[in-house]
Amino acid sequence: MSTASNDSFARVDARVSYKTPIVMAAFALVVGIAFGLFGKPEAVTFQWSNPEDFIHIPDFVVASNLVGMVVGVILLIIAALAFVRARAARTTPLWLNLIFGLFAVVALLGWLAAGNNVPFAFILGNAVVLAVPIALGAMGGIMSERVGVVNIAIEGQLLTGAFLAAVVGSLTDNLYFGLIAAMVGAALLSMVLASFAIVYLVDQIIVGVVLNVLILGITNFLYSQWLSADGQNSNFPGTFDIIPIPGLSSIPILGPALFESRITTYLTYLIIPALWFILFKTKLGLRARAVGEHPLAADTVGINVARTRFWWVTLGGVVAGLGGAALTIGSVGAFGRGMSGGQGFIALAVVILGRWHPFAAAAAALLFGFSIILRVWANQVSPGIPTDFITMVPYVVTLIAVVGFVGRVRAPAADGQPYIKG
Amino acid sequence: MNADSQPTTWSTAAKEIVSGGAFRAFLSVILGFIVGALFMVFSNEAFLNALSYLTARPTDALGAGWTAISDGYLALFRGSIYNYQADNFVAAMRPITETLRFAGPLIAAGLGVALGFRVGLFNIGASGQILFGALAATWVSTRMTLPWGVHLVVAAAVAIAAAAAFGALVGFLKARTGAHEVIVTIMLNYVAAGLLTFFFRQDYLLREADGGGTPKSDAPAETAQLPTLFGDSFTLHAGFLLALVGVVIYWWLMERSTIGYRFRMVGHNIDAARTAGVNVSRTFVYAMAASGAFVGIAAVNQALGARAGLTPDLDGSIGFDAITVALLGSSTGPGVLLAGLLFGAFKAGAPAMQVIGLSPEVTGVVQGFIVLFIAAPPLVRAIFRLPPPQKSTVIADWWVGLRKKKVAK
Amino acid sequence: MKLELRGITKRFGSLVANDHIDLVVEPGEIHSLLGENGAGKSTLMNVLYGLYSADEGDILLDSVVQKFKGPGDAMAAGIGMVHQHFMLIPVFTVAENVVLGNEPTGALGILDLDSARKRVREISDRFGFDIDPDAIVEDLPVGSQQRVEIIKALARDAKVLVLDEPTAVLTPQETDELMGIMRGLATAGTSIVFITHKLREVQAVADRITVIRLGAVVGDAKPTDSAEKLATMMVGRAVDLGVNKKKAVLGSTGLSVKGLTVIGDGSLKVVDDVTFDVRGGEVLAIAGVQGNGQTELAEALVGLREPSAGKILLGDLDITDSSVREIIDAGVGYIPEDRKKDGLVGDFTIAENLMLNKSFGPPWAKGVQIDFANRDRLADELIAEFDVRTPGRETMAKQLSGGNQQKVVVARELGRDLNLFIASQPTRGVDVGSIEFIHERIIATRDAGKPVVIISTELDEVTGLADRIAVMYRGRIVGIVDASTSRETLGRMMAGATV
Repeated sequence: MSTASNDSFARVDARVSYKTPIVMAAFALVVGIAFGLFGKPEAVTFQWSNPEDFIHIPDFVVASNLVGMVVGVILLIIAALAFVRARAARTTPLWLNLIFGLFAVVALLGWLAAGNNVPFAFILGNAVVLAVPIALGAMGGIMSERVGVVNIAIEGQLLTGAFLAAVVGSLTDNLYFGLIAAMVGAALLSMVLASFAIVYLVDQIIVGVVLNVLILGITNFLYSQWLSADGQNSNFPGTFDIIPIPGLSSIPILGPALFESRITTYLTYLIIPALWFILFKTKLGLRARAVGEHPLAADTVGINVARTRFWWVTLGGVVAGLGGAALTIGSVGAFGRGMSGGQGFIALAVVILGRWHPFAAAAAALLFGFSIILRVWANQVSPGIPTDFITMVPYVVTLIAVVGFVGRVRAPAADGQPYIKG
Repeated sequence: MNADSQPTTWSTAAKEIVSGGAFRAFLSVILGFIVGALFMVFSNEAFLNALSYLTARPTDALGAGWTAISDGYLALFRGSIYNYQADNFVAAMRPITETLRFAGPLIAAGLGVALGFRVGLFNIGASGQILFGALAATWVSTRMTLPWGVHLVVAAAVAIAAAAAFGALVGFLKARTGAHEVIVTIMLNYVAAGLLTFFFRQDYLLREADGGGTPKSDAPAETAQLPTLFGDSFTLHAGFLLALVGVVIYWWLMERSTIGYRFRMVGHNIDAARTAGVNVSRTFVYAMAASGAFVGIAAVNQALGARAGLTPDLDGSIGFDAITVALLGSSTGPGVLLAGLLFGAFKAGAPAMQVIGLSPEVTGVVQGFIVLFIAAPPLVRAIFRLPPPQKSTVIADWWVGLRKKKVAK
Repeated sequence: MKLELRGITKRFGSLVANDHIDLVVEPGEIHSLLGENGAGKSTLMNVLYGLYSADEGDILLDSVVQKFKGPGDAMAAGIGMVHQHFMLIPVFTVAENVVLGNEPTGALGILDLDSARKRVREISDRFGFDIDPDAIVEDLPVGSQQRVEIIKALARDAKVLVLDEPTAVLTPQETDELMGIMRGLATAGTSIVFITHKLREVQAVADRITVIRLGAVVGDAKPTDSAEKLATMMVGRAVDLGVNKKKAVLGSTGLSVKGLTVIGDGSLKVVDDVTFDVRGGEVLAIAGVQGNGQTELAEALVGLREPSAGKILLGDLDITDSSVREIIDAGVGYIPEDRKKDGLVGDFTIAENLMLNKSFGPPWAKGVQIDFANRDRLADELIAEFDVRTPGRETMAKQLSGGNQQKVVVARELGRDLNLFIASQPTRGVDVGSIEFIHERIIATRDAGKPVVIISTELDEVTGLADRIAVMYRGRIVGIVDASTSRETLGRMMAGATV
């Protein structure tokens, strides 16, 4: 089927889609009614900063149901805005969606913490730390999918990185060796994926799943056969020190949350914009995207498709391996059986949710990090509420997003397609 | 057929066999066991000790290595096929019945994933479908009182229907919105897990009578339990028979029926299917419902085969193992049956391996390598120097001729 | 630059695609490579361009033997190529496409898109192309995309320019313009290899002609040679260039399309208020340059696209909102333009492909089961009747040649009782023997009193088969004219002129 070219046909008025405003309005009503009208009257304290912070912002105390009401109204206004745009056949921009989400989150926090505190810095800081492995996994995924190789093996790469970081870090008594081992190990795994996909032309999704099975099997075996018996020597790495960045860490609200962290987190801050820059501003990125969109065309201008794919996938593994290291020596220290616990799959969703764009994906990763800490925190402040439902929130949000907003988003055109050369 | 052509026909047939998928699957299994053996050897202390004085007495290391392998696989054999060390018949035969019991849900869920593969859908959601099906089954089996026989049938039917509906939801979302089924199924797995945990935690829903804070259900009512097949000495229950029925239905559906033909058409070429008048959206929904229904048989196994209360991890790793079963079985009915039996044996053999101090997780390694080799036919072909896939159809012709009882020209 | 190919041989398994081919192209010469589909022209050019490596033979530029490891080497040596299927990244801008693989960069490999834009404008101006360097390629009309391809080659200082079937997507007038551009380039010293199977174009522009058939050079020819001589060389036997048909015996109106409008992707009226009738026993051909809405029109007629306005009547039956299956059941046969994508399932056997749209009931199916005995019998009959050259019905469709694949599609669609037959590009990528066969079957269908709609971008096919010709341009029917209308008039209509 040939696609007709654009400027040669008469235009009709674009079809108007009210999907976004309708979903938004529904959310706004839920927030306004559940958290507002039927909300709890107890006061809630928003703690913006710790008392010992350099610049202390006073706590903000307000009735919980008032927060729900006000936010509900704000959300309705945003939905109305989206409606107006939709009538003019314009889509809702990403930033409006983000603001919407941010307000919804504030309402949720205010409702959960009725009669209690919302320690903002604590929540944000933990959300960032928890988002790091997901974000790095997603960056690895983006690097791979932008050149046209679907990477389902992110889970396996995280697990490899986590395992090697802990074990090598323990055995050598040097966490930096652990970090390097994690990156190298995950990169090797990527090379297997890349060669199967590029050389043997095996279905990429299947190889990815298979590698996950394999790594889970191997790490489980080594953990139970070796690490659990000899944990003191082989699985007791400790963690990287927390290094506050002078100056930045005293920024109110954000400083302590973002700039009192470990090296793994700081590396993430560097990798995300660097990846964006390389992808969209440099020769390397242009070539990579060309390979992912139309490999044959790239080949005809002298770009080596196989080599480009191989190295991008491999370097993607390096990044994902770093994410794995963040799970162990960047967070809790010791390796645990199957400790990636599906975060690699979350990263996969984050890649799509973030439309193969580093910044959007990073935002999506933060959403998941946030949901994890929210569950823990909600259990403490509000023991009565069913946390199983809070557990489901990010997944349901992802579902709604994938189904409602990014369902037909355009992936790199050759994503998942092997390139067969004559 | 004249005498001269005989040898060529035979060698062509032989070439077809060694280049075929079944033979390659067999080699992959062998390779997987070999790699597993290496893992056993290199994690074996006696071997590692002997390695330190390898140059002085190499036979020690070899001996220790051989002992590690043979001990390990013999334990697997005793645990999964026949326990020759047992002192009575029941104990000797129990391993094989355990293998069948573990194989039941693996085969059923494997069929579900395999069906998805044939339609071009990657159903990673088997685990969620099992949980959702089990949730429904548990409601019937613990909260309803029905006469013997009826109770079991209703509970099983409800489980299969629930799993099918959960699968159909994926197909619907994909057809309607174009959302990728891999993402949808992964998310729904978590949703199903959260939902089940919630139900198992609330006393007004499915929590066990006088249970504590941990999410757990009552044991299924006796009227709703799958009956054992060989009396009370063996735990093997009728769930395995359901899985076998599933295999037959699957084979008929995919190879003989028109809807299976259209499933495969969509799987191979969605545009051609649409042009040929197939409603692709509806086919996605039907296919995912059918896929979920087969997975539902696994849910029946897990929920109604149990004799104690269920916990949220009731799916074990079946959801993901099902993917490897489907891959190893190359998405055919008989293939899935054999692959399910093999992986069932791995699960059944675990305790016996634990006894000799070997982590049963080694079967996970074997399993992983088997599917790795399965996934890359050129790799296995290169290792064994097998001929490339043949275009000749000697065996197929022979088979067709046999079926039609026609004399070859 | 002088290009020489010596004894180029390329094999794919047991198939010899190029068999010791010799070719010399002098500097500033337009050299036509003439051959029918599947003769090995494109393979040869892919060898020249470094996409394939030759099994034997040498490539020489100005008498120096070249070793091309990939297209990069070929480009560096001064070879440029305009591919039949454009090698452009649809989501990139013109400038990005032009510099891809040869990017001007600043420090740290940062792209210098400004100098890329300048380069595009420079070449654009020199040859009078009107191309915006910042336009996204997929938004450009096909003709402009081809010019981007030419700019891409020129931006790399190509001394030898290969054009692979470049006129397939152009109107006759645009074709003339392209030939002017080729002339200009040749005068400036560029050597041009012009690959085509259209005799008229060869005669119009070539300096010299090399004819290849079945992978081997048949001989050289001059542009002054007669079309019959060239065709005979190309096909290897005397070819009747026309289609033999009796005068149409018109029946009642079989298909009636009224004010049909279809909205494409991106809110464009790809089919814009189209009205026509086709009577039983007549062939209506829809002519036009590719991408003017013919594909979408055909898809709307068979239910694959939903019309936003208008009516489609099959006899008295309104099929405007019918599903594909209902339309098939109403007796509409359809040959899609892209058989590999829409017409066949490559991994199905021939027998399975022959029942693709017939799985809902007898005789191919019995209840919910496939009727294997009937299926095998019917498949064998169709294979024989439609002359499909295959070892048997169990052969995979993807193993057949293009011509035989198309015969399978034709057999499936014509192998049942029809009320309307629609064929989109029925002979694209098919050998001459199969073309003749398929044309005969189409005319036989017409002579059996069925209404027939042919959609083709090949003007020869259109004028040969049609009783009446409707010309489409930008989604509209510019006019419906008699089959005897001159090529010049048709060409003007294809560019949008009303009669």
